This record gives sequence, structure tokens and C-alpha cells, in this order.
Amino acid sequence: MKPLRFLSLLLIALLMLALVACGGTTTTTEEPVEEAAGEVEEAAGEAEEAVEETGEEVAEAGAGLGMEAAAVASEFFSQEELDNSIRLMDVTPEGPEGEPWNQALEPNFIDTTQYAKEGPYTFCFSNAGVNNPWRVVGYNTMEAEVELHPEIEEWIHVDAEGNDEKQIADIQDLVASGNCDILIVSPNTTLALTPAVEAACEVLPVVVFDRGVQTDCPATFVQPIGGYAFGYTGAKFLADNLPAGANVVALRILPGVDVLETRWAAAKQVFEEEDLNVVEVQFGDGNNDKVKTIITDAIQKHGQIDGVWMDAGATAVAAIEAFEDAGAPYPVINGEDQQDFLVKWQEEGLTAIAPTFPTFQWRTAVIAALKVLQGEQVPDPWRLPQPAVTQDNLEQFVQPGMPPLHYAMCGCETMPDFPERWGGTASE
Amino acid sequence: MTQITANTAIEESLGARAWRWVRAVNPVYLIALALLVWVGIRNPVFFQPDNFLTFLQRATPLMILTAGQVFVLVSGGFDLSVGSVVTSTVIIGAILANNDPNATWWVILALLLGGFIVGLVNGAVTTFLKVPSLIATLGMLLIAKGIGLFWSGGAPRGYLPDNFRMWGRGGIEGLFGLQDFPYAVIVLVVFGVGYWLLLHRLNYGRQLLALGDNPRAARLSGVNVNLVRISAFVICSMTAVVAGVLLGGRGGVSIEAGTGLEMQSIAAAVLGGTMLLGGRGSIPAAMTGALALELLFTLLNLMGLPKPLRDAVQGLIIIGAVAYTAYSTRRTR
Amino acid sequence: MTAITPTASSPSLLARARAWLRDSQIPPVYGILVIIFIAAILLDAVFGIDDQLFIFNQTILTNILVRSVALGIVAVGQTFVMLGASIDLSVAYMISVTAVGASYLMAGDPGRVWWTVLVLFGVGLLVGLVNGLLVGRLKINALIATLGIGLILRGLLNATFENFAGSVPASFQSFAYDTIGPLPISVLVLFLVVLAGWFVLRRTKYGAHLYAVGGSEEVARLSGLRTGRVLVVAHMICSATAVLTGLFVVSRLRAGAPWVGTDGLYDLESIAATVIGGTALSGGKGGVWGTLAGVLIFSILDTMFNQIGIDAYMKQILRGAIIILAVGFYTFRSRAEQG
Repeated sequence: MKPLRFLSLLLIALLMLALVACGGTTTTTEEPVEEAAGEVEEAAGEAEEAVEETGEEVAEAGAGLGMEAAAVASEFFSQEELDNSIRLMDVTPEGPEGEPWNQALEPNFIDTTQYAKEGPYTFCFSNAGVNNPWRVVGYNTMEAEVELHPEIEEWIHVDAEGNDEKQIADIQDLVASGNCDILIVSPNTTLALTPAVEAACEVLPVVVFDRGVQTDCPATFVQPIGGYAFGYTGAKFLADNLPAGANVVALRILPGVDVLETRWAAAKQVFEEEDLNVVEVQFGDGNNDKVKTIITDAIQKHGQIDGVWMDAGATAVAAIEAFEDAGAPYPVINGEDQQDFLVKWQEEGLTAIAPTFPTFQWRTAVIAALKVLQGEQVPDPWRLPQPAVTQDNLEQFVQPGMPPLHYAMCGCETMPDFPERWGGTASE
Repeated sequence: MTQITANTAIEESLGARAWRWVRAVNPVYLIALALLVWVGIRNPVFFQPDNFLTFLQRATPLMILTAGQVFVLVSGGFDLSVGSVVTSTVIIGAILANNDPNATWWVILALLLGGFIVGLVNGAVTTFLKVPSLIATLGMLLIAKGIGLFWSGGAPRGYLPDNFRMWGRGGIEGLFGLQDFPYAVIVLVVFGVGYWLLLHRLNYGRQLLALGDNPRAARLSGVNVNLVRISAFVICSMTAVVAGVLLGGRGGVSIEAGTGLEMQSIAAAVLGGTMLLGGRGSIPAAMTGALALELLFTLLNLMGLPKPLRDAVQGLIIIGAVAYTAYSTRRTR
Repeated sequence: MTAITPTASSPSLLARARAWLRDSQIPPVYGILVIIFIAAILLDAVFGIDDQLFIFNQTILTNILVRSVALGIVAVGQTFVMLGASIDLSVAYMISVTAVGASYLMAGDPGRVWWTVLVLFGVGLLVGLVNGLLVGRLKINALIATLGIGLILRGLLNATFENFAGSVPASFQSFAYDTIGPLPISVLVLFLVVLAGWFVLRRTKYGAHLYAVGGSEEVARLSGLRTGRVLVVAHMICSATAVLTGLFVVSRLRAGAPWVGTDGLYDLESIAATVIGGTALSGGKGGVWGTLAGVLIFSILDTMFNQIGIDAYMKQILRGAIIILAVGFYTFRSRAEQG
């Protein structure tokens, strides 16, 4: 009995040692991981996605601002992609005016006659999940788009609930059922879903959107400019509206998620160039309560916080309220296109901006799939514009009666059953 | 003995509190004290009354949630559904109230009723269907969150009115010469004292502890075992609703409001010396366990430790504390 | 252990069938399995979103089995620890560790597969040993001990790896994607694991000891069993199955990310499947065949929900209700039998 108890205590001690050791060696262990860099950075997607992964954090120690959260994981970063994203923001999109979901940036049209087919069609959609408000708004928009097209006779939606394993099985089931004319996929993760999408491509046309896959086999890939543009827009706004040396808190959701890392990578570069003093970089898990705690502590610790940058806006109002509760003046802040933030912004006259990762891309996926089946030309990749909500156009995006986490950039105002389908009530 | 001291200690001066805690036997008080001092060293303004009250306001939901969990734990069960109940409270509260201040009171009552029903189902399934509480409440975890999300369509709808949010966010201005005396801290004191009385001073608490210790003996000694067990689940679920009202008040509507709270509340209770599978537990100690956990989070934040290592440190501390408790109980037997 | 319907034709057919079922030692959960399977077919016929019934589609039927592999393997291990009245909440993290470790160590090179697998099983056995020592020797509550170990594993893993790291070689993916005749290799592996589990539990001295320890540790100890050691071995077996599940998952995903285990909810689901399968949380009662049925129930539900297009939140509610009802049905029934 005695020696065994000793042994187990020893094991615990060993584990502790390993723990400490790992903290010190993280910077060295990351090198082999870089191989994955080229593969992963291709992915673009949505931030709120990550909320569901609460508890699956990844991060690295050291570097940068002396906070682990400040470091940009190297395999997620590509200067070339960043520069290209910044350039794309100024490119005038091609397509019908006022319908950003039908527009494309620098389109490279491809021929799809090989997929052409007579209607009516059965559309199948393998969804990573509807486990966060962004995806809920997106999916509602998508269903409304489907209703606009009588040619789509049947709409089969399977939901993987944020689980790679399940999504692979779902795609296999859909392909095996033999009912689908086309398969739309919103992958849960880029790498894991690639084999399943490749297998599906051999049987039927596939359209991928939101996050990508590492294969060219899909008929087209629908994607907004992406994370770099999001992070850059917010950070640039802060830099333009704050003096050099101002105190900034950067709030992130989770480490290690490719689509979020790109947002922070772009922002960090701006902050360094413009000499802003980033005093805290913290992960809030997309949880209002934690975000409030982080801001409250930061105000206590640093006395004054002038700006707040966020990699996703779901917790923006909680962050602003933390300033109210502490009796501190409002910061210059970037949120996202959630209603609660836009309303707060308008009511309090904040100095703010809302970059978006537009939910109208869910419409585009259906439009692209239909074009493919009808043998029309589609851009591949279909790069969508990524507009931001600014002081100038704020009024047009504030929609009374919509739920707090409704994403205003849904392009859904003129669709059937607006606003009830999106959980809103018609405003007076 | 230690119970009285810890409970009133919350508002006592630092010196008196330290002195009382040193005297106490339960190691959780020493752990909490050590963490308190450590946080104070890292962040000197922490002990300014306003800042400290802000911290207590933040810690309140977990503390009362833990107190509620203790009732189920000492009866020999688990309640894994509390996190989901918190989330659903926030989501459904926002739908029902829909930013109408006049609705606040009946909404809170309706939510409490919902908590009552959830507790009743948990208790009844455990008691009458003999489903182990771990599984019954695991099922309820899925159901409670599912109902909230199903009702709202997956994303929050509606806003919580200000007089709903005031419980978690607001305070009484100018009380005791402070900027703001948070309502949440008043709730904390009321629940702390109430639950302490209930578990440690009233006949009901004695019956509950007897039930957790040995159900058969409790039944033979005339305890209405079924009623007592079900009531423990009801207390726990309704406390979760209260915690949900506070959390929703503090942070606003979110589908993440209750994430991870079930394990945190169990870990906090265990840290406070509550014995899993029943028979022993103390409200003040468990609440201090929750406080210690919140202090630990604050401290790890202040130290800027990499987030993954925070998880690991948390794991080590939980194991260590429980190992120590297990060791010391065996020694005293 | 498969159910064969009796073909007797006497007037008391029903009574005899019941008596036979009782004597056959078939876990009652197979009754639930059959009911759910029939219900799934009926619901698909009435509410199905496409014209074809899944029951006639061989790929989808096979897919039901493939959906069970990951959860099934680790649930067998979970059955072992739960028979010993313990529990293992660290399996989900162990699966993540294996998945990430495998893709990182193999780095796409087929030559590194074998020693990687050995290393990972070594790590798994070590983690199982620590779990077992904490639970069996230090007498720390299993829930807390394995939760703590899980948190530590998560911390270590996340401190070391970001996102997806490396990948497994294509040859390794045959574990998940190849078939022998109509039967996928992975399904075969699942059955072998269940069979091995059954053999160890029912045909070896160790199995008898585990049941004894789970039944009553006190009695087992007084009758001379080294109860701590029995539990340590159970935990090592459980962690080893978690490693095997991790290997299956990574061969299916091509590369492992730190969240694959926890996103798959393998901890809570393996416990739920085991309990639905008739293994008592208090230990000493149950077995791996029941667990297999529990896992199949989950897969059939998944497929049925897809076929009739149920909303994701409703799915959660139904899953929760089914877990409670299935276990309730089972405990109720076993109580009725006892008298």
C-alpha cells in the first residue's frame, strides 16, 4: 500500500513537471506544425462558429506583448494573403447594384455545362451546425432563399451539430441516398471534411461555402474576403480615432481557430505599425460574463482604457456595459453587425465601427448551386464583398424589432416572411 | 462552528476575517485566504471596497449555485443540469420579458416555477424511476437547453428589461458610503444565511444529511425519504434559476451564459469539503470553495498564464484538494 | 448472443417466449433497441423527407454501424470502469491526445505508423495507470479525479499543439474507409473489441474479480482481492480503448485537432450508452453486449433524425428524454424482476 501511494504521488509530481516544461518549450515545439501552414490559411469562415468549441482552446506562450493571447500562431499567418485581403477591400465588386449577395470580386467565371440538368431539383445541405446566432441567422436566410426558387422542389437539411465525425457520416448518407441533385456543404473544419467532400464530388456536384476544403473538386467555393479584412477594418478604425500610445484591450474568443487567428493577425500588425498600446489580449470564450470580468479588471488595473478591439461582436455590448458599470468613459470600439451592438451604438453615440462577416453568403450558396445545375457560368471562387457598418450607414442597419443577436448584414430585408422568420416583429 | 464565522465574515473587516479563518479547520478557508492575499499582492486596488464588492458581485452566481448543488450532493446525488437551467433561464427570460419592465416580476416568478418543475422532474425520475441522478440530470441537461434553444429558434430573442437586469448589474447607491452596493451581494447574503439555516440548523437539513449518509437508516428513523430527496433537487434547480437571473442581469442575453457551470459548481462544493455520494457537506465551506475558484480564475488571469496551462493548473488543484480531503477523512476515521 | 425468436407454437407462446428471454441472458436493452429500430422505420415511412426508406439502402445501414464505431470502442472501456463502480471522464481528452499525437507523430509517413501506435498505447496505459491509482489507491472520487486528469491532458495538449497538426498516411486511413466484402474494417474492429471485452469479463478470473469489486468493494477486499489493483487495470483498459477510438477518429479525419474528442462528447455519451446498456453506475452489474446495444441506439437515432429532418434543438430534447426513459425502463424492469 505505502509504496504505491508514493508512486502515485510521484506520478502527479511528474505530470506537474511536464506541465511546467511544456510551458517553456512551446515556442520550440511549434516548428514542425508550420508544415500545415500553407494548408490551413486557405480556410476562411466565421468567428461565432468558434463559440461552440468552448473548452477546446489552443494557444502558445511567450512572444509579442508578453501575453500568450497576443501571439499569432505562425501557421495561420500569410503576409501575402493579408495584403491581398486589404487590396480586395477597395476593389469594386461586379454584379447587380445593392445586392451584395449577387456580387463577386474579380470573378473568374468557369463553365458548368457538365453539371447542367433539367429541373425540378432536390438540394441537399450538410450543415456544420446551427449552434450559434450567426449560423441561425444564416440558415434562416438560406431557407428563405430556397423558397424564392420554385425549381427547388425538395430541400434536405442535415445538421452535424458541430461534430466532424457526424458531418462525414451525414455526407456519406446524403450521397448514398441517391436523392440529391446537388450537395451544399458548410464544413465544420477544413481538413477533416476534405476526404468526405472529395468522395461526394465523384458522385454529384458540390458547392462549398463559409469554411473551405482542401480540394478543388467542388463546382465552386463561396467565400467573403475573410478574417484579415475583418481584423484590419476594426484595428484601422481604432488607430484612426485614437492618439498613438492609447491603451487598447483586444478581446478574442478562442485561440487556435484559423478563421479567428487571421482576424487577430491583421489587427496586431496595425496596432504595431500605428503604435497603439495593447495592454491586454484576452480570450473571453464568447461569454458575456467573462468579457465583462476582463474589461472590469483591465480598467481597475490600467486606470484608463481608450479602445476595445474584438474579433467577434457577440459580446460587444457586455464590454461596453463594463465601462458604464465602472463609471468610465466609453471607448472607441469595433463590434460586429449584431443588432444589440448597433442599437447601443446609435443610442449612446459611440465612436464605433462594425466590420462584418456577412450572413448573406448563405444566400449566395443557394444561388451558386442553382446556377451550377442550370449550367450557367459561376465565379470560382466566388469572392463576396465584405461591407462594414459605419457611422454613415448605421441608420440603415438599425432595425427595431429584430432580436439582439440578429446580424444586420443578412441581405434579407426584402425576403419572404421578414422579419418574423428571423425572430423579429414588424416595427411600427 | 466554522459555518457561522465564514458566513458573516463576508462583510467583516479584513483583519477579523483573517483571524477567524486561521482558527477554522476546513482547509478551504485557508486556500481562499491565501488566494485572496495573493490576488491582493498582484492587484493592490483589489481590496478597495468598491472593487471588492464588484468582485463579490461577479462571484455571487457561482457561490449560490454551489450552495444549491450542495443540497443535492449531500443527499447522495448529482445535478448536471444546472448549467443548462441557467442558460435557459436567460434565453426564456428574454423572450418572455421582451424588454417590458412591467413584465419583470411575473417573468421571474414564471422562471422560478420552471425551475421548480425541472427540479421536480429530476427528483421524481431519480426517486421513482430509480434512474441514477447522474444520468437523469444528464438527460435534463440536454432537455433544458434544448427547450430554451427550441423556443428561441437557436439565437437569443428579445431583451431583458433594466429592472430585471438590475439584480445582477445594479446596486444601491450611497449605501455604507459606497458608490454602489450591488444587489447581487444582498442576494448572496440572504441565500447564504438562508441555506445555512436550512441545512445546518433545521430539522430538514438533518434529515437530508441522514438520507445521504444512509438512506435505509434514514427511512427507518421516520424520514420521508422521497420527499426530502425530491426537495433537494427542487432547491438546486430553483437556485440555478436565481443564478441565471443574476448572470443574465450581469451579462445580458447569451446562449453561453451557463456553459461549464455544472462542473464548476460540483468542483467548488468538493473543494469546500462536500462529500460526493452524500452524507457530509457545509454551505459556508462550499460557498467559500466557489469563492476560491473565482479567486483562482482572477489570479490566473492576473498572472497572464497561457490559457491552456490555466486549465491544467485548475485540474491539478482540484485533484490535490480532493486528495487531501480524502486523505484527511480516512485518517480521522 | 444474438436474439433468435423462439418458434414454439403452444398456447402459452407469449409466456414461454418471456421465460426464454429471461433465461437467455440477453440484456433487456435489446428490447429497446428493437423498438427504436422499428419506430425509426415507421417514422421514416410516414415523415421521411425523401422517397426512399433507409432500411432498404445498404450504404445507410452500414453507415449506422460505422457511426457506432468511435463511440462503441470507448464505451466498451467505459463499461469496464463502470463495472468496477468507477467512471472515466478523461476519455474525451485521451481521444484528442491520441488523434493529435497520431497525426503529428506519423506526419504522413507510413513507416512511422507502427511505433506511433505503440507510443500512443503506452501513453494511454500511463494515463489509465494514473487514473487507476488516483481512484483505486488514493480513493479520490472517480468523477473528480478523472475530470482533473482530463483538464490536465487538455492543458498539456493545447499548450503543445495548435489546430490540426500533421496528418496520417493514406494507408492508415484504410482503417476507417476500407471494407472486407460488404463489411467495413472499422465495424469488424468494433465487434472484435466487444468480443474481447466479453471474453475478459465473462471467461477470465480478472472479469470475475472486477464484478466482485464493483458489487461490493468491502466484501471483495475482505475475501482477499486486491481491489485497488483490479481498478487500476480497469482504468488502463478504458484508456486503451480511448486510444483505439482516437486512432479510428484520426484515420477518418486524416488529421487530429485538439477538439475532436470533446466535440464528439465521447465522455458523457459513452457513460450514457453504457448505462442505457444496463450497466449499473454503482458497479457490479451489466456487460459489453448491452453497451453495444446502447451505442447502436444512438446511431439509429442519429440516422432517423436525419431521415425525417428534425430540428437540431428538438433532437437534443428527444435525446435527453430517450436517455432518461431508456434507463428508467431498464431500472424499473430489473426492480420488478427482483421482486
